Amino acid sequence: MSVLAVIEHDRGTIAPASLGVLTAARNLATQMGTSLEAVTVGANADSLATIAAQYGATVVHQAHHAALTDFGPEAWGEAIAQVVRATTPQVVMGTGTERGHEVIAQVAARLDLPASMNCIEFDTAFTGAQPLKVVRARWGGSLLEQAEVDAPMKLVTLANHTVEASESPAAATNTVHNVELNDSVMHSFVQDRVERVAGVTLATSPVVVSGGRGVGSAEAFAPLEELAGLLGGVVGCSRAVTNNGWRNHTDQVGQTGTRIAPDIYIACGISGAIQHWVGAMASKNILAINTDKEANIVTKAGYAVIGDLHKIVPAISEEIRRRRG
Amino acid sequence: MNILVCVKRVPAPGARINITEDGQAVDTAFLGFTVSPHEECAVEQAVQLVEKHGGEVTVLTLGPAEAEEQLRTAVSVGAAKAVLVPITESDWDPQRTAQAIASVITDLENANGKFDLVLFGNESADSCGYQVGIRVALKLGRPMVNGAKGLDIEGTIAKVRRESDAGQEIYMLPMPSAVGVKEGINLPRYPTMKGRLASKKVDVTRTESTGSVGGLKMIQLQRPPERVSNTQILGTGPEAASAVVDLLEELGVFK
Repeated sequence: MSVLAVIEHDRGTIAPASLGVLTAARNLATQMGTSLEAVTVGANADSLATIAAQYGATVVHQAHHAALTDFGPEAWGEAIAQVVRATTPQVVMGTGTERGHEVIAQVAARLDLPASMNCIEFDTAFTGAQPLKVVRARWGGSLLEQAEVDAPMKLVTLANHTVEASESPAAATNTVHNVELNDSVMHSFVQDRVERVAGVTLATSPVVVSGGRGVGSAEAFAPLEELAGLLGGVVGCSRAVTNNGWRNHTDQVGQTGTRIAPDIYIACGISGAIQHWVGAMASKNILAINTDKEANIVTKAGYAVIGDLHKIVPAISEEIRRRRG
Repeated sequence: MNILVCVKRVPAPGARINITEDGQAVDTAFLGFTVSPHEECAVEQAVQLVEKHGGEVTVLTLGPAEAEEQLRTAVSVGAAKAVLVPITESDWDPQRTAQAIASVITDLENANGKFDLVLFGNESADSCGYQVGIRVALKLGRPMVNGAKGLDIEGTIAKVRRESDAGQEIYMLPMPSAVGVKEGINLPRYPTMKGRLASKKVDVTRTESTGSVGGLKMIQLQRPPERVSNTQILGTGPEAASAVVDLLEELGVFK
């Protein structure tokens, strides 16, 4: 009897989302009167047992196999499924990230169990015996769903950024599981990787200057580039822009693009359709520049300037240069 | 090269998603419908691969009778065949959906041979379950990777590229295999006149299928708390530039 937290890592480096999962899983275990356990995949993640213990894990299951040196969704899913079969936890919780969803889905498929992804709340009266009531995010978070997971073991992922990580040290014992992996799970391993060039990305930049349909063309993004450059930020865009071929999809903010949380989001000529909004709503401040004062983004933003972005954006850059002398 | 693409019909929401009074579904009275975005890109990718390597694209959906519209849209941009697995409920749970789809695919393959590739969207836009493709692939016994931002064929290998926080990852899946595609892998084309005509003429195959009800049960939909903002209007037109830079200074963004 336990709640099992699945630790996401990349070649032994823990994913930040794992700390939220350890915290939420510990809270659930405490309420159920059971213990928090954790699982890591691959011997290169053995050292993460120390971190799991800091967050309250009493047992850390370490899935070992010679092939587990890098990420592979099917091999990870199979390895965790074997640990789950051996330890029969009441709840298995993974990260609400691309890898996390994929791995929990693999575990669920292999055990033929239901899985509820992107949970933001768990029933505070849950003791382990009954179906687990959850609230999960649909439509990228613009709609919520009350759902019930009815199975002997409940598989869930925790929506990212919903629980703040907090430590609660415990003494943990480590248990190595030598898992068996057959050929069928050996194909989907990372074969090669190209490391990202260091620098500010859309996901991490403190300033994002973003353009929508109102910008009008690929060339008309130049003034937005200039403003972003002056503020040490990057340029983003809405789905309408990528659909028109004005900018690459890597610049897209939204449900099917990048989720951002900058200090300030400057949204130029963006109406604020729901699929865009869910990607931008975590921004600490939003400044909308729009001709329509009734536009959805204007009503949701903290600050707005009404008018033509083609005149306003260059004027802001000009004012910045003037003040800097 | 024969490719099957599984798509889902979803509402095309604008600024706000409303819920029906009983909280059981999205109120679609004033909404259009579309192919879920990741899957729209999966169709485009399949069509591009077939244009390069030969073969044909089949699209499949499990959904209401109206989902025929989304299948025809896929045909208008290059798919050759369309299969509808009709259901009367608004949605099936992921386990049930996967079971039904896997059994239809098995029947199709018994009749016509194996699909070299079965493509899915990374996750559906509406229910965001992240699992149907993975469950289907396992039932069919095919290797599967989700989140593809690149997909090429090299001989008998499907080469998948995906992005992670660390950079780009390459996977090499021997075919037949399954891949979950993400938006951004390509820019879907618009239908041509010829495509539109083909989409009107195509016979949509209707194939009944069943699956046992799974363990994830939707109880009710709810709207998240509305973000209320007393928007501070800094001004109108370029004259507002000074107020904007004041704000940037105040927020510590402009130094």
